[in-house]
Amino acid sequence: MLQKRLIYLLFLFIGISVQGYGQKRLEVGKDKAFTSVRKAINNAQPFDTVLIYEGYYKEADIQIDKPLVIEGINYPEIDGSGDENAITVTSDSVTIRGISVVNVSTNYMNDLAAITLIKASYCTLENNRLRNNFFGIFLQRSNFNLIQNNRIEGNSKEDEVSSGNAVHLWYSKNNRILNNETLKHRDGIYLEFADFTTIKGNFSHDQIRYGLHFMFSNNCKYIGNEFENNGAGVAVMFSRNILMRYNHFRRNWGSASYGLLLKEIYDAEVVNNQFTENTIAIYGESATRIKFLNNSFKDNGWGFKLLGSCYDNIVSENNFINNNFDFVTNVEKSSNTISKNYWSEYSGYDLDRNGVGDIPHRPIKLFSVVTQVVPDAIILNQSLFVQLLDLAEKVNPTITSVHIKDPDPVMKPWRLFFKPKSND
Amino acid sequence: MLKVLKYSFFDLLRSRWTYLYFLFFLVSAATLLYLSSGTSVAVISMMNLEIILIPLVSIMFGTIYYYQNADFNKLLLSLPIKRSKVFLGQYLGIVASLGFSFVLGISIPFIVYGIFYTSYWDDFLYLLIVGVILTTIFLSLSFLIGVNNTNKMKGFGLSILTWLMLAVIYDGIVLFVLFLMEQYPLEKITLILTILNPIDLGRTFIMLQSDQAALLGFTGAVFRNFFGTKTGISVISFVSLLWVGIPLYYNIKKFKMKDF
Amino acid sequence: MIEFKHLSKNYQKKKVLKDISLSIQAGKRTAVLGPNGSGKTTLIKTLLGLVIPTNGEILYKGSTVSKKWSYRENISYLPQITNFPDNLMVKELLKMINDLRGGTAAYQQLIERFGVDNFLNERIRNLSGGMVQKVNLILTFGFDSDLYILDEPSNGLDPTALIKLKELIFDLSGKGKSFLFTTHILPLVEQLADEIIFLLEGEIIFQGSISTLKENHQTNFEQAIVQLLQQSDKFRGGNPAQQQKIS
Repeated sequence: MLQKRLIYLLFLFIGISVQGYGQKRLEVGKDKAFTSVRKAINNAQPFDTVLIYEGYYKEADIQIDKPLVIEGINYPEIDGSGDENAITVTSDSVTIRGISVVNVSTNYMNDLAAITLIKASYCTLENNRLRNNFFGIFLQRSNFNLIQNNRIEGNSKEDEVSSGNAVHLWYSKNNRILNNETLKHRDGIYLEFADFTTIKGNFSHDQIRYGLHFMFSNNCKYIGNEFENNGAGVAVMFSRNILMRYNHFRRNWGSASYGLLLKEIYDAEVVNNQFTENTIAIYGESATRIKFLNNSFKDNGWGFKLLGSCYDNIVSENNFINNNFDFVTNVEKSSNTISKNYWSEYSGYDLDRNGVGDIPHRPIKLFSVVTQVVPDAIILNQSLFVQLLDLAEKVNPTITSVHIKDPDPVMKPWRLFFKPKSND
Repeated sequence: MLKVLKYSFFDLLRSRWTYLYFLFFLVSAATLLYLSSGTSVAVISMMNLEIILIPLVSIMFGTIYYYQNADFNKLLLSLPIKRSKVFLGQYLGIVASLGFSFVLGISIPFIVYGIFYTSYWDDFLYLLIVGVILTTIFLSLSFLIGVNNTNKMKGFGLSILTWLMLAVIYDGIVLFVLFLMEQYPLEKITLILTILNPIDLGRTFIMLQSDQAALLGFTGAVFRNFFGTKTGISVISFVSLLWVGIPLYYNIKKFKMKDF
Repeated sequence: MIEFKHLSKNYQKKKVLKDISLSIQAGKRTAVLGPNGSGKTTLIKTLLGLVIPTNGEILYKGSTVSKKWSYRENISYLPQITNFPDNLMVKELLKMINDLRGGTAAYQQLIERFGVDNFLNERIRNLSGGMVQKVNLILTFGFDSDLYILDEPSNGLDPTALIKLKELIFDLSGKGKSFLFTTHILPLVEQLADEIIFLLEGEIIFQGSISTLKENHQTNFEQAIVQLLQQSDKFRGGNPAQQQKIS
């Protein structure tokens, strides 16, 4: 039985090789068989390899409608300026690696991109350098693709409209986005209706808007990414079952910036992340059943800002160090659980030396409550009066909510781990 | 006037208190730079210190100096010099010596640290400017208190009260006003109230120039837009000038008519 | 040389000088006497422009002193209690006043005369009271003026220094300089003054030479002064016990 199957399989391979599939290498270059990438592709059979040698190719609207390997040698530069996409893939199982695509124009009608996948699955886009394009990589209804080790640099000016996203997924599921560097786009990675996406080891920085932007994308995970100096940080909205782990949210610093913005999120885990020097480390609005565990909040303007209906969240075993305000909420009676965190502001004592403070910690400062009511009062931040006010309230709490407290604040910061293990 | 200035400057420069003041800024700036994780944090902590301390020391030290000098003034004023010159000379003398101690005190650690090789050098310059302006203003106020009160104890009391008023109570009143007018757009009122108090103005000015501006959100943006314009800079300068000028003008007028 | 015309000074409701008219001649050594609070120092200060009179006018060498300052180039003043800037050295203080007076000082002789040589490099705050007064004298007599105004010149001086001061005054007087001084040491008045002005509660109750005063009362100088006080007490119905001390 098994033998019979093996023989069939053997015949299948032979059959493919007889047809010449995967055999041909088409070379593109100045003094090669082809001087145009497009012509080489037109002449290629499925599973051929198109080798593009170093050089400058001013070719837009390259269509790849069969499974090919497009491989660049020394990053040949494809200049896609014009009113078209540079490369459009409409076939499954296409590999594009080692090329450089530049200058795809900003277009207010179409979302032009360096590499667009339309209903194309099982493709690999790797080791490419995309520079100065409107969009970088754009997936539409394309599943199970791998996007890795690309460097995608935009040309963002100040406004959001004239710049597209570095990686943009729309109605695309089960894609993996690994170890890319994206910068100077509108959003570094944008997901819309993109369930089961895995985002790992990316470095997204200096974007105009979000380093990573989730919309209506469930069951995703992002692990071990770095988000630095983005206009508004990372936004996760209208999604369920998101795992966020080992990420570093750093210096997302601006008057409307967040480390992590959570809006209409249910059942997520935010674990082992670092939040350093963000205006607001975590901003939550209608964020429910989220576990915030083992994160580090250091030198942020606000550690936590939970507004509106945020229910049944767990904030536990985190470190809050040197934030201007550790915790702000406008919910009087909260169903959120806060416990066993380390607070650098905690001024209690531990007489029984069990490592847990003997009196609860109230992380809400009076002044933060004041600024909830009168936002303009924030201008008095750092003034002596406000410092005295906070001190008085700390000694004898009368105005801040008595319900929001950490009953078991730990005396020493947790030793936390921020490096992903290999099996994560 | 320059002669009087010169001598009161050198006299004060040798006072223990001037040394102490200098050492205080030297040590605290060095410590802050050493302890804090970043220069921007050091700048903000330094600002917190100078915003509270410079007004307090200036107004107290100015009042003490004025009373201490009252006797010697009898001799000075019997010399063939105009009264206004004696007054201005002494005022500028103490401004120069306190300003000098402060500037030198914080400059040494910051320059040794290499502030001019970082991107925070402008924050540091703003620290210096605000410090010197506050020194000038609060010494002007201290002389105002001295000229109007022969009773030393009353003078000291008024000095502390003035400081308390501007450094603490004023902000309480601002907060109260903001609460009262909660339902109105408050940016303009906040802006005006902030500009009127030199301590608040100094604090806000440094905050807006520094990284901390992001924490001030929308209100901060409104402030920044205003402070960034020519009108804004003119208004700030004008208000600072009034804080120095009005007491000084009144002082000289009063000083001319005073019996010694 | 000096003329006070209907001079009065009120401190709030208190009348310190009451309509004083008086002239002082050049080349004379005039002592202003009176009990504490009689207005002596105020009178001197109005002349120096330190106190602004409520009413009246003062003429120095024929022109008014009101709101002027340059006439003081011709006057040297020895203030009563002087709190010099603590941190300056003696020589710096001397230099400072010299600077402020336009650099015409002749200190050296006086420094030797009063034996201040060894203290020139001392901080003022380390000096004794007597030494401070010597410095004060040097500052006053270091400048060539037509009029020297001395407020309690003998304060804190030891006998030797006092003798040197008297010599100095007579020397300068011999050169035609005028003196106006206050003191509460009556023998000193008798030794130094040609003329006395006796003030009581802001009014002049005697002006003239010591010999005239003695003749009027037919007794010695001290007794004459006591009688002067008692006279006015009877006149006013005041309590003599309160005004016994003469200064």
